Amino acid sequence: MTSLLAQPARLYVNGVALWAPRLPGWQRARGILAGLEAPPAEPAPRPAPELLPPTERRRAPDTVSVALEAALAACRFANLDPASLPCVFSSMHGDLSITDYMCATMASTPALVSPTKFHNSVHNAAAGYWTIAAGCTRPYTALSAGDHSFGAGLLEACVQALAGGENILLVAYDIDARGPLAPVARSKHLLAAAVIVSPRRGDTAIAQFELKLDTGPGLVPSQARPQNAELVAGNSTESSLPFMEALALGGAHDILCLATPSLGLVMRIGAP
Amino acid sequence: MQSLSITAFTATCAAGSGRAELLRALDSGTSGLKLNDFGRDPLATYIGRVAGVEDAPLPAEFSAYECRNNRLAWLGLQRDDFFEAVNTARRRYGADRVALVLGTSTSSIGATEEAYSRLTPQGEFPEYLRYQAVHTPHSTGEFLQRSLGLNNVAVTVATACSSSAKAFAQGSRLLDLGIADAVVVGGVDSLCGSVLFGFNSLALVSPEPCRPFDAARSGISIGEAAAFALLEREDAAGAPAPRFIGYGESSDAHHMSTPHPSGRGARLAISDALARGGLQARAVDYINLHGTASLKNDEIEAQAIAEMFPQDTHASSTKGWTGHTLGAAGALEAVITLLSLESGLMPGNLNSRELDATCGPQVRLGNARGSVRVAMSNSFGFGGSNCVLLFTAARAS
Repeated sequence: MTSLLAQPARLYVNGVALWAPRLPGWQRARGILAGLEAPPAEPAPRPAPELLPPTERRRAPDTVSVALEAALAACRFANLDPASLPCVFSSMHGDLSITDYMCATMASTPALVSPTKFHNSVHNAAAGYWTIAAGCTRPYTALSAGDHSFGAGLLEACVQALAGGENILLVAYDIDARGPLAPVARSKHLLAAAVIVSPRRGDTAIAQFELKLDTGPGLVPSQARPQNAELVAGNSTESSLPFMEALALGGAHDILCLATPSLGLVMRIGAP
Repeated sequence: MQSLSITAFTATCAAGSGRAELLRALDSGTSGLKLNDFGRDPLATYIGRVAGVEDAPLPAEFSAYECRNNRLAWLGLQRDDFFEAVNTARRRYGADRVALVLGTSTSSIGATEEAYSRLTPQGEFPEYLRYQAVHTPHSTGEFLQRSLGLNNVAVTVATACSSSAKAFAQGSRLLDLGIADAVVVGGVDSLCGSVLFGFNSLALVSPEPCRPFDAARSGISIGEAAAFALLEREDAAGAPAPRFIGYGESSDAHHMSTPHPSGRGARLAISDALARGGLQARAVDYINLHGTASLKNDEIEAQAIAEMFPQDTHASSTKGWTGHTLGAAGALEAVITLLSLESGLMPGNLNSRELDATCGPQVRLGNARGSVRVAMSNSFGFGGSNCVLLFTAARAS
């Protein structure tokens, strides 16, 4: 294995958020992931992102709903104005419900496709809605890297944070697959994980980590505790959980998170 | 950012396969747009379709990635010795040190559309389309990483029509931080039902070949393309090579499918690129505009250019040749911008007859020739994502 960075980079996690039906918000998720609290018996209903106008909350696609919920919660955690942050949105699939709609419509009545569904079908829809709702003119990007989309997003957020010396918001999310695509795309439930990373320690920092990058065929990603992994199992962003669990547990953890099948973020996480 | 060398670049689109054909089409004013013949019940519009994609299967070892988008990517890689240039970089630096950042809007969604149109009686995908590799946005990125044998960062940027311009920006940061020694950046997007009927549903598709910045323009013509560039640090390049010296990125924060009425995001991205490149607007000789030929984009972009640049800057959209190649447009038009730096040819606005009143003297109908030392390329996407790239000619050897 070779290390890609000449020396490890130090980054701080100045904000954090998590939303899944059985991990509804960071406050509860932190207790659940640490084993101090039981997960909700019934899955929580889809969040209604506060930042959207009331008329849009109900109509928003699931990806937009869950991603904006986590993005806003991370900004609140860090006491940062959402308009001030460059952001990285990362999702393996984007909105699988809209993909199902678009492809079913193309197969039946393509000329009747909904213009709103079409402009919501772009992979950057959640990022677009976020910057519109937040009034944010800072750059955003929207990434996909297969099963490793969380790691690829976290790496890009760290790269931007180190290059610009500032806070970067990462929002990683996926939703359940629908229709004939479901057995192939295989993603289940809703999940959004958000962190705000920076080379500078913020007042709200929950952790810091030393980042190295290793390549090689034998990289083995860290696993979350089985009872925690089960809470988000099957979602295409489930690879975010070991990192999020380490933040929830606090203390020192060594985490390897893949950004491609042969590139890993090697993180020594500790108290800020 | 440090200024970077572009040690190889290529493009394949309706106007030409490879740099020589594309430059010839630009010079002779030959459009690649043809009456739409794509798919069942084709819309009455013009498209920029790359010939021969159907007849160029992937090598057998990559058959799990079979789809139009990946075929187009593979075709594009073979032009202008680009594949060999990446191999050379991989041998020189090692596979661990060469990254891939690919821009696309719809990737291989065409394969998913095909699966939905051929469901089994049980409502399942047909057997030959039941593998996950092509039914996800990273399909083409993963295919390229594997076929090029790269082990560094390999990621897909999907910010609609700014995707592959942003790939250049993201790639440059990997070089700046020393994570990679060479980065393959590019864009691949191919024709599919979703974009043809989708843009049509927004009343953005023209019934005639698109006429960017024309007073009577009537919308976009959709095209497809594969375009790539190899970025390396300047001190690593052997022969003189054109340079990538700056990028600017911004968000409109306005609307999902309509640009900000005063072009706020576009102006921010242009200013950001100039600042990062350390240049004043007057230094820019040629601007390849986003210029989709939609009513709103062209109006807003023309106003921004008229207010920000001197009268003698030559600005044009080349979408009359290629169509709007969506997620590939940033990389395709970066290649056209690099061809302009190399050849001194500054394209005009093909198909356009009378410029819109909002255009300043920068926007030109016809081609021109001159000394092009600094050139810029604009890309603006749905979701208000803007990216502007700044290039300069090779240093004299």
